[in-house]
Amino acid sequence: MIDVLLFALLAGIGVALITGPLGTFIVWRRMAYFGDTLAHSSLLGIALGLIFSLNTTLSVIFTCLVFALILVGLEQNKNLASDTLLGILSHTSLAFGLVVITLMPNVKVDLMSLLFGDLLTVNFKDVITVYIISTITLLMLVKIWDPLLAITIDEDLGRTEGVKFKLVRMMFMLLIALVIAVAMKVVGVLLITSLLIIPAATARSYSKTPEQMAFFASLIGSFSVVLGLLASWFIDTPAGPSIVLSAGLLFLISLTNKKNQ
Amino acid sequence: MSSPLITLNKVSKYHNTKETLSSVSLTINPGQIITLIGPNGAGKTTLVKIILNLIDIDEGVVFRSPDLRIGYMPQKLHIDQTLPITLERFLRLTEKNTKICSEVLEEVGIINQMKCPLSSLSGGEMQRALLARAILHKPNFLVLDEPVQGVDVAGQEALYKLIEELHRKLNCAVLMVSHDLHVVMSSTNEVLCLNNHVCCHGRPDQVSKNPAFIELFGESTNTYTTYTHHHDHKHELHGEVKLSKLDENGFSHD
Repeated sequence: MIDVLLFALLAGIGVALITGPLGTFIVWRRMAYFGDTLAHSSLLGIALGLIFSLNTTLSVIFTCLVFALILVGLEQNKNLASDTLLGILSHTSLAFGLVVITLMPNVKVDLMSLLFGDLLTVNFKDVITVYIISTITLLMLVKIWDPLLAITIDEDLGRTEGVKFKLVRMMFMLLIALVIAVAMKVVGVLLITSLLIIPAATARSYSKTPEQMAFFASLIGSFSVVLGLLASWFIDTPAGPSIVLSAGLLFLISLTNKKNQ
Repeated sequence: MSSPLITLNKVSKYHNTKETLSSVSLTINPGQIITLIGPNGAGKTTLVKIILNLIDIDEGVVFRSPDLRIGYMPQKLHIDQTLPITLERFLRLTEKNTKICSEVLEEVGIINQMKCPLSSLSGGEMQRALLARAILHKPNFLVLDEPVQGVDVAGQEALYKLIEELHRKLNCAVLMVSHDLHVVMSSTNEVLCLNNHVCCHGRPDQVSKNPAFIELFGESTNTYTTYTHHHDHKHELHGEVKLSKLDENGFSHD
């Protein structure tokens, strides 16, 4: 019985370690809604994976990437307000995914676990998958950290100094897609963005540099996972929502620290 | 005579069907200071972005010298307040060598703020920080987009002085964008007046007498004077005169 908790803890922390640093960029670049849209589209990825009997992790990564490319492409077209566009895509893809999954014959899928995560059912193989993807993502993020930070602060300035803007942005999209694919199991499609932005926002009040903020975000995210799982274990609350709730509580506490604001 | 750093030949840029820039020709020679002025919507930003090679042109030719090294100072930084960053880290984004970073901060006079968060800098200090980043890699062409924006009058004068000083030290060409017609650096060799097309260009005193310029900006006297005004004192908030060689940022001027 204890291995259930252990695997859940390991997988949750593995995900939190990477959602923290990546989440800081989501916060700095004001992409919370963008992340939400990609997360919702991952449900469609699951549906596609089931239809064509592919590995669902891969089909989710693929679907998220395609959506990311569509979004970037559409953003160049300034005729539609960006948040309207994201709203349309976000909810359409979520609804589409739900409909496709429900319509599929011979497949019984637990919708609740897709929407809100199912951390307590992860097995050893899942844990390994989480750590492989997290490690790859973290290494890639370290690689593009400086140029990504440069274009986040000022795109024109960064590009003038020679940052390969399109390549870096594309890598960043890929990282978001990878993280969504692993975070889905932990908190579910609907709550992924919270794991990206809440720890990062919480870390803000304790940080003086971008790197500190990324590090603290990892730490705070991991702590939220521990707190949430403890609650889930002892008072039998759903794991994913408990983790998000813990993160929210930590954020509230951080508001009392005004030192670095 | 050395070859030009950058040459624009009959460059046009369209936005939808509207012409933002119409057949603009421009040559920037090494060491030259050129000021770009024009009303809002005249295409100043578009022209700067073309020079920086950030956007494609629709017609014309741009020639860049192979040894062109551009240092760019954007108009304003919009750093999200959730992004904590110190002045030192801001420079280290492009220059890993801390010694070079501190030398440059020394040059622009904000070395004491090195460890401070960017968000705590005053308007004048922020402009100096941007200048520091622009000169980090010893450019031979500085592009400054409204460099004195958001700085009080005394600070503006100090900033112009600093730019002149950097121009001398680096021996670089300077392109300065301004919408302020009243203040042009005394050392500007050339003024380019832009209103989607090049209205007129030449030495400051020539341009101010040009009919196209007068039509665009009106004939109010002294719209265009070279900046020769000097302070030998400054006014405190309460109005009393304080004889001082230091302005609020601790930079001496006379």
